[in-house]
Amino acid sequence: MITLHGKGVYGGIAIGHLSFFRRGGFHVRRHTVSNAEAELRRFHKAKEKAIRELEELYEKAVRDIGESGAQIFEIHRMMLEDDDYNDSVINAIRAERVNAEYAVSTASENFSVVFSSMDDPYMKARAADIRDISNRLIRALAGKPSDSVRSEEEASIICADDLAPSETMQLDRDKVSAFITAEGSVNSHTAILARTMGIPAVVDVGETLLGVADGTEAIVDGFTGKVYLSPDSETKARMTARQEEDRKAKALLQKYKGMENITKDGTKIEIFANIQGLREVGAALMNDAGGIGLFRSEFLYLDRNSFPDEEEQFQVYKTVLQSMGGKKVVIRTLDIGADKQVPYFGLEKEENPAMGMRAIRICLTRPEIFRPQLRALLRASVFGKLAIMFPMITSVEEMSDIRRTVSDIQRELGREGIPYSPDTEFGIMIETPAAAIISDRLAPLVDFFSVGTNDLTQYTLALDRQNPGIASFFDPHHEAVLRLIAMATENAHRHGKWIGICGELGADTELTETFLRMGIDELSVSPAYILRLRDKIRNTDLRNSKKGKK
Amino acid sequence: METFEYTIQDPVGLHARPAGMLVRKAQEFEAEIMLTCQGRSANLKKLLAVMGLGVRYGDTVTVSVDGDPAAAEELRRFFRDNL
Repeated sequence: MITLHGKGVYGGIAIGHLSFFRRGGFHVRRHTVSNAEAELRRFHKAKEKAIRELEELYEKAVRDIGESGAQIFEIHRMMLEDDDYNDSVINAIRAERVNAEYAVSTASENFSVVFSSMDDPYMKARAADIRDISNRLIRALAGKPSDSVRSEEEASIICADDLAPSETMQLDRDKVSAFITAEGSVNSHTAILARTMGIPAVVDVGETLLGVADGTEAIVDGFTGKVYLSPDSETKARMTARQEEDRKAKALLQKYKGMENITKDGTKIEIFANIQGLREVGAALMNDAGGIGLFRSEFLYLDRNSFPDEEEQFQVYKTVLQSMGGKKVVIRTLDIGADKQVPYFGLEKEENPAMGMRAIRICLTRPEIFRPQLRALLRASVFGKLAIMFPMITSVEEMSDIRRTVSDIQRELGREGIPYSPDTEFGIMIETPAAAIISDRLAPLVDFFSVGTNDLTQYTLALDRQNPGIASFFDPHHEAVLRLIAMATENAHRHGKWIGICGELGADTELTETFLRMGIDELSVSPAYILRLRDKIRNTDLRNSKKGKK
Repeated sequence: METFEYTIQDPVGLHARPAGMLVRKAQEFEAEIMLTCQGRSANLKKLLAVMGLGVRYGDTVTVSVDGDPAAAEELRRFFRDNL
């Protein structure tokens, strides 16, 4: 068994055989034509065909993924009809008497370089669009059908070096169980299409993929970004079970999608999703999350050798906000400590990292880390409904300090003429007993609270959950923790603020009723738990005798 | 010749989609229409040229319309409503 590691773009499990994506396989050669007018006629015919294809693609995309996702093909059509692009091809054929294929590939190079040399990453990526339309023309010139997957009876796992948006769209949904690309990024149009189409996908697995034989058995795990080639029986059994679980969740989805989170007596609560990175955005949407209740920004900092810069962070935050289409997205600022191996932070080794230099303590002492993240967040705020959340707060002073830094950055952006949304919410994690106890004083300084039950439990009970030796002392439903949550809830509501739970307890259905009675406004859980929780809530009736714990 | 200036309010600037909309609008008119941004000009009826200007949020662009005052007025409204 070989395991490839890539980036999961859309969660889901596929078990099947690899099928390599065949392109027309053209090599464009230059040759001289004797009749330029005939060559021009060939070009115009090919162009008409390419435009027809794009119109069909657009129609198909509108049906499959909706108008806004389909617009890329309308843009492609306009590019193909662009006068400058056409003049460039026509002039080359006329003046240099070259074949149409060569004229197109030269135009493709000339125009794509204009974009690839721009410093805006979005505009840079448009170079791929130019190449995509040019390849379409060259295929049409060769009289080849547009790229397609070999027709097979069973769905297969499509592999390619990379896939253009049009190529992704052309994949027959029923014949594709997943796709894997050697290159590609989670921000590409293709990745976005995969998410919208709900196809498990892993990108950027590396060159190794291209050397694998067609038809090899494989398992794709879009949740973790892993691809198992010729899986052993143990892996196969494990992943089959995982796939079954996923199927069950999707069946639940059929039943509950689009329904409200409302109890029999009419009490409503929001269910949001906790996500790790962009790859889980699709899962959140598929499971009908009302928003993102916890977007952990740490993943941006892990598995690398230097800090992600403001621009890189901005692109990620913007993407998640846009993908959620106006639903609330709570992004938590960096929560890293000495327990995580991130050498470039240069953190001292500590006896007790859980109580050491971590999270907001790093941010408040190292503005060179905190400020770029805040700038990136504020810049991204215009692309959706953003809420920024600060972890590990223990005092009022910390919060005032943060608010000063935020105002400072807002003024700075104002001076630079960079827009930010005035509607951005600011909140804190309630994950230390201190924060819960002084929640009456913190509430006026924030827009919301979110309870991190994992840390709140370990700090309240002075009990390390990683230590199996003391597991018998651990009571996840300990009254002390529940009283702290109730206290924070009361204080939030007294000041007209909302409160959510984003720790593991949020998904604990034994406590759902308790939280509903407390008046918690939002529960944020892993995407896979959302519909199970909705099921629980819709079958709860608060008019029944108070069972469960206070 | 009619000209007007406009400062782009759309946070994404003239990306593919807004540029596409704008070019389609310009193509409705017979008049010759130019878009100028930071000293570079492009024919507003040509998508790749317009995108090639890389117009961003906050940039002030100049639109000049030759021969059709009504077109200038309609384009000015289009900018205000969409960009």
